[in-house]
Amino acid sequence: MKAAASPPGLVMPHIRPGRILAWTLLFIGGVIMVTPLLFMLSTSLKDASQVYDLRVIPEAPTLDNYIEILGDGRFTRWLINSTIVAVIVTLSNVFFDSLVGYTLAKFRFRGRYIVFIAILSTLMIPTEMLVLPWYLMASQFGWIDSYWGIMFPGMMTAFGTFLMKQFFEGVPDDFLEAARIDGLNEFTIWWKIAMPLVTPALSALAIFTFLGNWTAFFWPLIVTTSAELYTLPVGLSSFAVEQSIQWEKIMTGASIATLPTLIIFLFLQRYIVRGVMLAGLKG
Amino acid sequence: MSAVSHREAASGGLWSRMSLGQKQVIWAWSFLAVPLVFYVVIRFWPTFQAFYLSATDWTITKPAAFVGLENYWRLFEDPLFWQVFRNTFMYLILGTPISLLISFVVAYYLDRVRFMHSFIRALYFLPFLTTAAAMAWVWRWFYQPVPIGVINDVLSSFGIPQQPFLRSTSQALPAVLAPAVWAGLGFQIIIFLAGLRAIPVTYYEAARIDGLSEGAILRRITLPLLKPTLVFLVVFSSIGFLRIFDQVYNINTNDPGGPLNSTKPLVLMIYQTAFSSYEMGYAAAQTVVLFVILLVISLVQLRLMRDR
Repeated sequence: MKAAASPPGLVMPHIRPGRILAWTLLFIGGVIMVTPLLFMLSTSLKDASQVYDLRVIPEAPTLDNYIEILGDGRFTRWLINSTIVAVIVTLSNVFFDSLVGYTLAKFRFRGRYIVFIAILSTLMIPTEMLVLPWYLMASQFGWIDSYWGIMFPGMMTAFGTFLMKQFFEGVPDDFLEAARIDGLNEFTIWWKIAMPLVTPALSALAIFTFLGNWTAFFWPLIVTTSAELYTLPVGLSSFAVEQSIQWEKIMTGASIATLPTLIIFLFLQRYIVRGVMLAGLKG
Repeated sequence: MSAVSHREAASGGLWSRMSLGQKQVIWAWSFLAVPLVFYVVIRFWPTFQAFYLSATDWTITKPAAFVGLENYWRLFEDPLFWQVFRNTFMYLILGTPISLLISFVVAYYLDRVRFMHSFIRALYFLPFLTTAAAMAWVWRWFYQPVPIGVINDVLSSFGIPQQPFLRSTSQALPAVLAPAVWAGLGFQIIIFLAGLRAIPVTYYEAARIDGLSEGAILRRITLPLLKPTLVFLVVFSSIGFLRIFDQVYNINTNDPGGPLNSTKPLVLMIYQTAFSSYEMGYAAAQTVVLFVILLVISLVQLRLMRDR
């Protein structure tokens, strides 16, 4: 009875050898997947004399690399830059993408369809094609080497707008009508009534925007020229070049760039996985 | 004072005399005002500008002059472009099928696993959260010769000869591709899992009652019903591989795209043309070619997948 009511994955009449084999192979594959991360972390905990010892567990783990690298101030600066950029761009997308998505989903006005198609059409244009005009714009207005210069291309995205529109379409009009009768203005209705109803989509959008900007390399590489304004990926790249073959230093830098997102994942795993599913299926 | 209150009354009167529909229109356009300015200035205008720049000889030092299609003729006669074109498609042709095959197999079996399900899923998903620029350095270290490189170390312990990896023109491209495939698997697995869960259980039950084998269920039910998911992932990951840059740039910083341009993708060529040679007009023409390639590939894939 119980088996019939559950999805096929849950049907487990008896443990078959095939099942155990599949589980074991999946597990081994999973361990192989995280091996590069384990090696990166373990090497970051070794001193220069242990680097050629390829054991995963360091014999004499030390935080010296971290102390040295964070102590010279550059990585701290790049961490702050990346955080500022990723947080502001994320907030901007959460605000504007959902405002536009809501307007396109819930208002009836002439030109609505044209606006929607126009925004959607920008999805076809690859970033790389816009980079040269953006660079020209940034140099004309003095945005090179500024936070705004790094951030302005991503302040709103068609992907986020489309995602939010899909979700706002599922919000019942009755809710909004009731608020209108209560005399709330349209901005308050959107912010106080509609937004709380689409929090799963908002968290999906926030996760994608944050991750995308945290790991972004191409545009920050172009628009920043002084080390003061580098984001973490660009800073790490320049740092690694100058370290040449000091792999324990490079692995420490790579760990500093990677650990924040991994740690966030450990705390928010359920939301992140659900967010990826939502964005992938609706986006 | 009376004038002020009079004006307030008039404007309030205008607003209150409007129908609900008219008010809605005003609200809608005021919500859209800032975003529309953004899309026009940061998206549409630069798009037209990119096409225009591709028809100029703009460099950093001299003002742009109109040269028509000259940049495109130059590009099509440039042997480097055809090498880069071939590389870019190698990333696509190897990367998309390999990553989709691996992620589907993992998702298919992971979907049936209950014991430690979310832990195993997390192992596959973690690389997706990493920074490509950082991971390129980790893989670069892996590919070093002994005694530094982990992969060659493992190979030599099995008595397999040393491999040159990034130093070889034939092995470098797959070696650069590996971290890109690796980092993308987690996303594809999650999307496949969501697609598999969306298939109604009743279909499987009916198939089992009809006595279909597991293989037949996979071929006749799972795969056809998974088609929308598959179309999305094929198009999404193809675009990703055609635009590969971060990994290639970082895995060989002495000679990005080397050895002998054997790993150089189109985006790296664009970057070097624009920001090493400062030939902005020529680079703009390359971005237009990239746009056309992405558009054609997406349309062809959507058409092919819809027909089948």
